[in-house]
Amino acid sequence: MNLLPLWEVFVRTRRGLDHKHIGSLHAADGAQALQAARDTYTRRQEGVSIWVVEASKIHASQFEDNASFFEPAEDKVYRHPTFYDVPDELNL
Amino acid sequence: MNKHFQYVLRMGDNALILGQRMSEWCGHSPFLEEDIAMANCALDHVGRARMLLTHAGTLEDKGRTEDDLAFLRDEREFFNFLICELPIGDYAFTLMRQYLVDAYHFHLYSRLQTSSDGVLAAIAAKAIKETTYHVRRSGDWIIKLGDGSDESHRRMQDALDEVWGYTGELFAADEVDDFASSKGIGPDPHALRLDWERDVFDKLRTATLRIPEEIWPISGGREGVHTEAMGALLAEMQFLQRSYPGLNW
Repeated sequence: MNLLPLWEVFVRTRRGLDHKHIGSLHAADGAQALQAARDTYTRRQEGVSIWVVEASKIHASQFEDNASFFEPAEDKVYRHPTFYDVPDELNL
Repeated sequence: MNKHFQYVLRMGDNALILGQRMSEWCGHSPFLEEDIAMANCALDHVGRARMLLTHAGTLEDKGRTEDDLAFLRDEREFFNFLICELPIGDYAFTLMRQYLVDAYHFHLYSRLQTSSDGVLAAIAAKAIKETTYHVRRSGDWIIKLGDGSDESHRRMQDALDEVWGYTGELFAADEVDDFASSKGIGPDPHALRLDWERDVFDKLRTATLRIPEEIWPISGGREGVHTEAMGALLAEMQFLQRSYPGLNW
């Protein structure tokens, strides 16, 4: 059993891109979590920057709230910009 | 023996034997993240061994490849420091050995970047990036476990007491080191020792560990005289090439 706290790892794959969630790991503190993330997730050139966040510090939406959180958006198609002609260059 | 060859061969042997030892943890480390990290660092050492042994083979000029040097030499023909071949012990021992050798490699490879041997300087330029990480990682564990629980402190102190006598060999200059430093190939071991001691003493004190008394240094690796652990290590490492000569995949 691993008694060390859990950390969520976010890696930026290239300059200009966003950090993306890539996985999680156990470590004693933030500095060690960064080192473990370096060895676990970037040993094949997957990244140029790492963020780690202690998993217990993340506030997540709950499954029970899905009906009130997300379903009201289902019938509001007018919120999508599909009624405009978008130039190809925007690549949306 | 060609002293330049011997100087590079020793470094190659240190990298190979330490990498082999570290790789024994693969699949057996205390937890998954540490398992990956340790294996990762082991591979850095094996990769370095390949470059150094290839370079040594070129300097020797008798047609021996990295594989010949790694797999077809006997115990008395290996010249690594004894500290590299000691059995892995518990994880405290592994980390303590690792930190003390990483700190040595950090100062060694820092200086080798300006070696008059251009190949060695290039190898050092690559190795220093890896080693900067290794010493940060192992140094972090020294503090966390040394200044940790009662049990972790006791185990780290036991490990330090056990391995300390093997550190003197890292800085014992013989005619090969004198040759290397006089030609600008390698650093002066005495200057290396001062840098190493400054870092190591500082780290051990921060980790609340007691620095052992000066004791009689245990040495012999660089004359090819090894501990009893070396034969078993080589038997495992060389088994395939000894049993199936020339085997390839």
